[in-house]
Amino acid sequence: MTMVKASMAGTVWKVLVAEGDKVNAGQDVAILESMKMEIPIAAEEDGVVTKVIANEGDFINVDDDLIELG
Amino acid sequence: MSETMKDKILQGGQPKYHEKNKAQGKLFARERLALLLDDGLQSEDGLYANALAGDLPADGVITGIGKVNGQTVCVLANDSTIKAGSWGKRTVEKMIRIQETAEKLRCPMLYLVDSAGARITDQLEMFPGRRGAGRIFYNQVKMSGRVPQICLLFGPSAAGGAYIPAFCDIVVMVEGNASMYLGSPRMAEMVIGEKVDLETMGGAKMHCSVSGCGDVLAKTEEDAIAYTRKYLSYFPSNYTERSPVEAPKPPATFEKSIADLIPQNQNVPFNMYDLIDRLIDEDSFCEVKKLFAPELITGLGRIDGQPIGIIANQPRVKGGVLFHDSADKAAKFISLCDAFNIPLVFLADVPGFMIGTQVEKVGIIRHGAKMIFAMSEATVPKLTVIVRKAYGAGLYAMAGPAFEPDCCIALSNAQIAVMGPEAAVNAVYANKIAELPEEERTAFINEKRKEYQEEIDIYRLASELIVDDVIEPNELRQALATRLPLYMSKYVTFTDRKHGVNPV
Repeated sequence: MTMVKASMAGTVWKVLVAEGDKVNAGQDVAILESMKMEIPIAAEEDGVVTKVIANEGDFINVDDDLIELG
Repeated sequence: MSETMKDKILQGGQPKYHEKNKAQGKLFARERLALLLDDGLQSEDGLYANALAGDLPADGVITGIGKVNGQTVCVLANDSTIKAGSWGKRTVEKMIRIQETAEKLRCPMLYLVDSAGARITDQLEMFPGRRGAGRIFYNQVKMSGRVPQICLLFGPSAAGGAYIPAFCDIVVMVEGNASMYLGSPRMAEMVIGEKVDLETMGGAKMHCSVSGCGDVLAKTEEDAIAYTRKYLSYFPSNYTERSPVEAPKPPATFEKSIADLIPQNQNVPFNMYDLIDRLIDEDSFCEVKKLFAPELITGLGRIDGQPIGIIANQPRVKGGVLFHDSADKAAKFISLCDAFNIPLVFLADVPGFMIGTQVEKVGIIRHGAKMIFAMSEATVPKLTVIVRKAYGAGLYAMAGPAFEPDCCIALSNAQIAVMGPEAAVNAVYANKIAELPEEERTAFINEKRKEYQEEIDIYRLASELIVDDVIEPNELRQALATRLPLYMSKYVTFTDRKHGVNPV
């Protein structure tokens, strides 16, 4: 199990995956909005989404968990 | 008799230690030198250091002179087959002497480090005195900016020894084998009660991506050596000389042009590496600190054969926002290029410095100040390109017009402002927007944003002489290639003083 974490503080703008989705390393799984910029967040390794932790609109801090991969 | 002794010394430590090295993917120190240097060591001094001790060939370090890309360099290489590359009195004396030679010859000094540190049993002889190990670091500081200093880290650099990489211009670390730490995991457990493994605490990957103590993560020793040879090709022998210029090469060709790459919407990311590839000579990029603070790219490249240092925001990572670590990374890279007469090209697409509690607590202001300090002090040609946007102090840090760039060129869709339109309208009209009936708000905001866009229109800024030229994205390579040689005669002294008080 690994966590995809927020690379910086901001608001969750879009969650691009749902539970059960297969993701590949390097694939964007969420987009944050911070400093008026879109911040894509990519999975660091291959896996299956076991839990979507962040909700769209949430404020998240750097290193907060966004998506759990199994 | 003497011939036999020499042969023995050249073989290094006992076979079992050579085997151990091999099992770890490590080369013998002399093999490393053979790979690194054009024709091996051309002179070696101190081969017989501690020869009468019998089990300490060359006293665990090889020092001498050779060539890299035809350029003279001084080298020292710890031999980890001899008491784990540890330092005794003569080891340290040899290291000090080869540094002194590099300084006298005004040539690069290369440190091939693989050492457990001091021989504690010999400490009085090699630790505290005038020509003890401290002198190595003193010399490094004195040589800094006079000659290039490079550390290739093949194994540990422990405790005091960890300062050799710290004072070098650049540190290349081999993944899995290289490490830097002040206290070993065993010591950490004894002294502070922390249980941790070496790789987590001081491994190559950690240092190259988290602490920033390492600059380049190499998969193998061969890769580390190849990188070093490439890196050195951008540098002159010393600060009084200029980098060798290679034959001009056009950039690699791509289907998409620069104009196709850059999104119209300021908020949408794109990959800055794609732009760099279209600006520099094919295969000429040599990145420094790729894994550390990747929201800012720093690396060497060539335009028409002339070496340049590139500082570029990366909108693909963290929106290209500047953080404490990216500012730190930029400060060192700028100072490196300035020291060795390598012109700087700034590619700005920056929403500003990060804000919020977390970054204030780590001192983003003082780290940002380091970048602005180094960039201001740099007297090499500085070419600034506003690729897409430069907001707030981001404009300043990326060598904006107030910081004496030789030119500040904007691409035709660029925006320069205190902040972006969304944030600005919100900052100026927050109260007014709140007072408006809800159905009128969007129209009001859009109108104010449009007015703001007009206010910061790039041709307006050009008309006010804020930027020196506005060009189409696909003209950028040519513009840089034309301007760069014009600025090469620049020779200025920043100011007259002993030295500034660096905001470190």
